[in-house]
Amino acid sequence: MFTELRLDGVSRSFGSADALKDLRLAIKGQEFVALLGPSGCGKSTALNCLAGLLPLSGGSIWIDDKRIDGLAPEERGFGMVFQNYALFPHLSVRANIAFGLKMRKVAKAEVTRRVDEALRLVQLTEHASKFPAQLSGGQQQRVAIARAVVLEPPVVLMDEPLSNLDAKLRIEMRMEIRRLHQTLGLTTVYVTHDQEEALSLADRLVVLRDGTVQQIGTPEEVYAQPANGYVASFMGYRNMLTLDIASVNGSGLVVQGKGIRLSGTNRDGLTAGQAVAAVRPEDFVVGDSAGNSIEVTVEIVEYHGRELSVSARLPNGDPVFFRTDKRLAPGDIAGISVPAERVLVFAP
Amino acid sequence: MTATVEKPALRHRLAERGIDRVLLLLLPGVVFAVALFLYPFLYGLQLSFAPKSGGVFSNYSRFFSDPYLRNTIWTTLGIALPATFVNVLASIPIAYVMRGKMRGKRLMTTILVVPITLGTVLTAQGLIMYTGQLGWLNKVLMSTGLIDAPLTLIHNYAGVLLSLIITGFPFSFLLTLSYLSGIDPTLERAAATLGANWGQRFRRITLPLLAPGLAITFCLSFVMAFSVFPSAQLVGDPAGATRVISIAAYHAAFEEYDYSMGSAVAMIMAVLMLLIIGLVMTWRATLYRGATGGKG
Repeated sequence: MFTELRLDGVSRSFGSADALKDLRLAIKGQEFVALLGPSGCGKSTALNCLAGLLPLSGGSIWIDDKRIDGLAPEERGFGMVFQNYALFPHLSVRANIAFGLKMRKVAKAEVTRRVDEALRLVQLTEHASKFPAQLSGGQQQRVAIARAVVLEPPVVLMDEPLSNLDAKLRIEMRMEIRRLHQTLGLTTVYVTHDQEEALSLADRLVVLRDGTVQQIGTPEEVYAQPANGYVASFMGYRNMLTLDIASVNGSGLVVQGKGIRLSGTNRDGLTAGQAVAAVRPEDFVVGDSAGNSIEVTVEIVEYHGRELSVSARLPNGDPVFFRTDKRLAPGDIAGISVPAERVLVFAP
Repeated sequence: MTATVEKPALRHRLAERGIDRVLLLLLPGVVFAVALFLYPFLYGLQLSFAPKSGGVFSNYSRFFSDPYLRNTIWTTLGIALPATFVNVLASIPIAYVMRGKMRGKRLMTTILVVPITLGTVLTAQGLIMYTGQLGWLNKVLMSTGLIDAPLTLIHNYAGVLLSLIITGFPFSFLLTLSYLSGIDPTLERAAATLGANWGQRFRRITLPLLAPGLAITFCLSFVMAFSVFPSAQLVGDPAGATRVISIAAYHAAFEEYDYSMGSAVAMIMAVLMLLIIGLVMTWRATLYRGATGGKG
């Protein structure tokens, strides 16, 4: 076991395009870190650099005080789970899982014992002699995970492992991965574009955009205190209203425009000019007109069981989104309000 | 009221069995196959059993009792099998390197594939000019003092083998390249993260997935090499070391004017080819032949 996996200014460019710029990240032993961002943000590049499947254009990777970025993937011994599972189609489930142990020349009895254990761990014991093509997507993914963790690697790398599964299975597998991490305590680097997945799995999140780190923090920090407008919009602040600053009062400020006026929290030390007010749809409250409220015209109402997801129009016609358990109908005029600390105001 | 279940329309019942107007698209192909392959084949088959003299099987018994005829089998296999092995084996590493994105891939492919377009005769012509007694190769080797007497590379076994490799390689290369491109490159990356080095990745992942394709490549390359006729005539020793079975058939049909014997030799040729192909395909049937995860 190690205490720290350190990426020191890791960069990777393809031709003149920088896929990853100066990534600095220290991952503690047994930590679960998620790299989060939209496609093309450099998260998969970072993972492939860690695995040794892509050479670095700059920087270095360290495990404690051992430099590892010069090692070939087979010498690093990191486990990796691929987006398309990459199971060996000509080998049975058992042989797939045993592959890495055989490469390490583990004794036969030991291989059998550890493969059996891994099969039990991912609940596939009765499918051991099947071939990958005979399994469902979720089962294939479990084989891929078992194949990676059976080696008890110092680090497990997961490249969007759930993105090819349907919604129900995705949630099940998410819990499975969390459970495995809790059981085995393997240091995990997990790449995803799904903020919900990242929030629910990781101890720490790294939000990337165009190859640059936007924010590193715990799920709570990134969720409640996004570092900038980009992270906010990615973390579910669906309302990103461009408004003018009316007045600034310490950490608070008032923004107005589009026929509305809102008090908010100054996140970027703004003084004047334009700003973006970020508000989560679920932070709006309908009917409570005590301060910081705006009047909107309901346009589209989606039924979500316990609550409604509403798309409405501001007085100037721009869209605004909120959630409510009140029964609203298209055409209704509603007053919605939001606490000033839940209006995060960023530089545009 | 009694409900009568009406029978579906005739067209629907036929469509259910896969019979509809799209089938007409097969017609030209079927006509060609019957007119240009099936009829001549059956005609040749019955002709081979109608010898000029002797019983029904006398052509066949003559072929197998006369060493001059019988040995053409070994001569042909002795040329066709090595040529096929060289073509298939040489195409694996080159295709392996060229399957992904690489600089100059198109140029490289073009250069490798051009010999197909030249045809056997032009290749033979080139071989004579280049490797003949007074060709460039011998001139260069002699003037640099590497050899004292010119090498004999044409009008013998070596000439035919070279010609078959030059014309046959591009074909097996293209086939192998397409089979290799069909194997998902992520599989090898996965094997690497599991601790397999380059050799292990090739032997345990790529080769088993490629093998069924190699079997097909081998069969097709072999068929092309087995029916070697022009190069055996032009750059070979058609009366001796490269008297292949197709020359024997030609000789019987067009020099002795014994079409029946010629047909019999052609039939023996066909059976031999099918035998080899049958062997290879039997081996192939023991391999994993499912999806290889690639884009196809």
